Amino acid sequence: MMGREKKTNRILTVIFTILSLAWVYPMFMICLNSFKQESAISTDSVFQFVNSDSFTGFANYISALTKQGFASAFGYSLVITVSSVALILICCSMCAWYVVRVGNRFCKALYYLFVFSMVVPFQMLMFTLSSMADSMGLNTPFNICFVYLGFGAGLAVFMFSGFVKAIPLEIEEAAMIDGCNPVQTFFHVVLPIMKPTYISVGILETMWVWNDYLLPYLVLDSTKYKTIPILIQYFRGGYGHVELGPMMACIMMVIIPVIVVYLICQKYIISGVVSGAVKG
Amino acid sequence: MKKALKKWWPLFVLPTALSFVFGFIIPFCQGVYLSLCEFKVISNTTFVGLRNYVDALADEQFTHAFWLTTGFAITVTVLVNVIALAIALALTRNHLRGSNVFRTVFFMPNLIGGIVLGYIWQILINCVLSNVGEQLLALNTTAGYWGLVILTLWQQAGYMMIIYIAGLQSIPTDYLEAAKVDGANAWQTFWKVKIPNLMPTITICLFLTITNGFKLFDQNLALTGGDPNHESELLALNIYNTFYSRTGAKWMGIGQAKAVIFCILVVAIALIQLKITKSKEVQQ
Repeated sequence: MMGREKKTNRILTVIFTILSLAWVYPMFMICLNSFKQESAISTDSVFQFVNSDSFTGFANYISALTKQGFASAFGYSLVITVSSVALILICCSMCAWYVVRVGNRFCKALYYLFVFSMVVPFQMLMFTLSSMADSMGLNTPFNICFVYLGFGAGLAVFMFSGFVKAIPLEIEEAAMIDGCNPVQTFFHVVLPIMKPTYISVGILETMWVWNDYLLPYLVLDSTKYKTIPILIQYFRGGYGHVELGPMMACIMMVIIPVIVVYLICQKYIISGVVSGAVKG
Repeated sequence: MKKALKKWWPLFVLPTALSFVFGFIIPFCQGVYLSLCEFKVISNTTFVGLRNYVDALADEQFTHAFWLTTGFAITVTVLVNVIALAIALALTRNHLRGSNVFRTVFFMPNLIGGIVLGYIWQILINCVLSNVGEQLLALNTTAGYWGLVILTLWQQAGYMMIIYIAGLQSIPTDYLEAAKVDGANAWQTFWKVKIPNLMPTITICLFLTITNGFKLFDQNLALTGGDPNHESELLALNIYNTFYSRTGAKWMGIGQAKAVIFCILVVAIALIQLKITKSKEVQQ
């Protein structure tokens, strides 16, 4: 009995090894071709390894960094993601705590509106939201975070409220009796307890904002400010010749930091996804 | 405590509520209203009643996109869930070597944005197509559709696998041991013990994949852009194109009407899902 199980496991390991290699192959192929000369990238030679004729070193990467504006796009993406996620985390956790603990009619109505907003597809709002953001002047990478707070509040408040409900009221009451006002109670008592939820929500929101294409594309003045997805789209969007080499170099430079972060905080990312799904 | 907290609302609720009102509620209401108007900018609208809806439903591109999206969402939902569950079952076996590495690899595509994924696969699929002598994605409807299915599968199977693994691990080991003691084989354990206990997880995954399938936009835009001639265009992209790449004053309103129909569709799916989940909870 044990022998058979071992044998099945061994076969499965082989199968999954092959499958995993197939899974990473598309990324590997891009990586390979990003080191080739522009003229050597054709539909036939894509699957070939880099050889001494086609190898250009980091020329494509340098071109992507200097000519294509990759560095500024990366900077803008970073600014938008960090500011939006930080704002969403702090504002939504406070809001969720208030909504759950006060729980009057107004709070309940607000809560159901938040839940409703999670389901509504972006296409429903894209035109009105972008003109609203435009007329309020929220169209630079430095204040687009308020748009994200408004549109992303649903999921965050929903997840935070789910967790707040599980915190025993006695802890907070004890803090109040000891003389904390609500602000102190929140920051000294509630916030530390909710740390795992902050990580989960933070990860889900980061994955969303960092990869979001349509909202920044419609809201930002995209001739001035390009985020990474907008930049990649511009390679193809413009008419004329597509510079495949620098484009692949860009793709690699987008993927690599993400994968590095993923490998470091894998545990948190996976548990964040699971708790997001279970609550969602 | 309620009382003490109540007067702090400007600090706790106001920032989020204000952003939410401007970032969601007002645009949403405006959107519903604009679907009944002809307009080019928000400040200048003419009320036309339900004409936009009639035009939207008469637009062949829209009906084509609707059926294509429905078919796509169903295909993807079935394939993603079957594959994700199969992988999850295999990876939760005892003493499987490399199980953690495999999980890491399968989940990886989810961290990469839809636009980037779309271009990676566009390059790959075009190269394969040209090597087997088929037409490229820009002219090839079938390849565009199945390319999108493969891409979605590649991306979402890992995500759902993670959720299924969590679901499988939360089944009490007593159940599985009891089944073993009673002499159940692997097949019986799967159908009689694992599946019933996984039902909540399955509902969540079905819901996530089906709404993701309907809402898919970035991948569609990057992989095919709707080529050839809007034939591989899903609903979300169709709405976007109606807004921004069709000339003529009436298309903005029609686009908004399409968006409202789309929204109702997605909300309806969500409500059905909620109802099913609720009824399952009562039974347990």
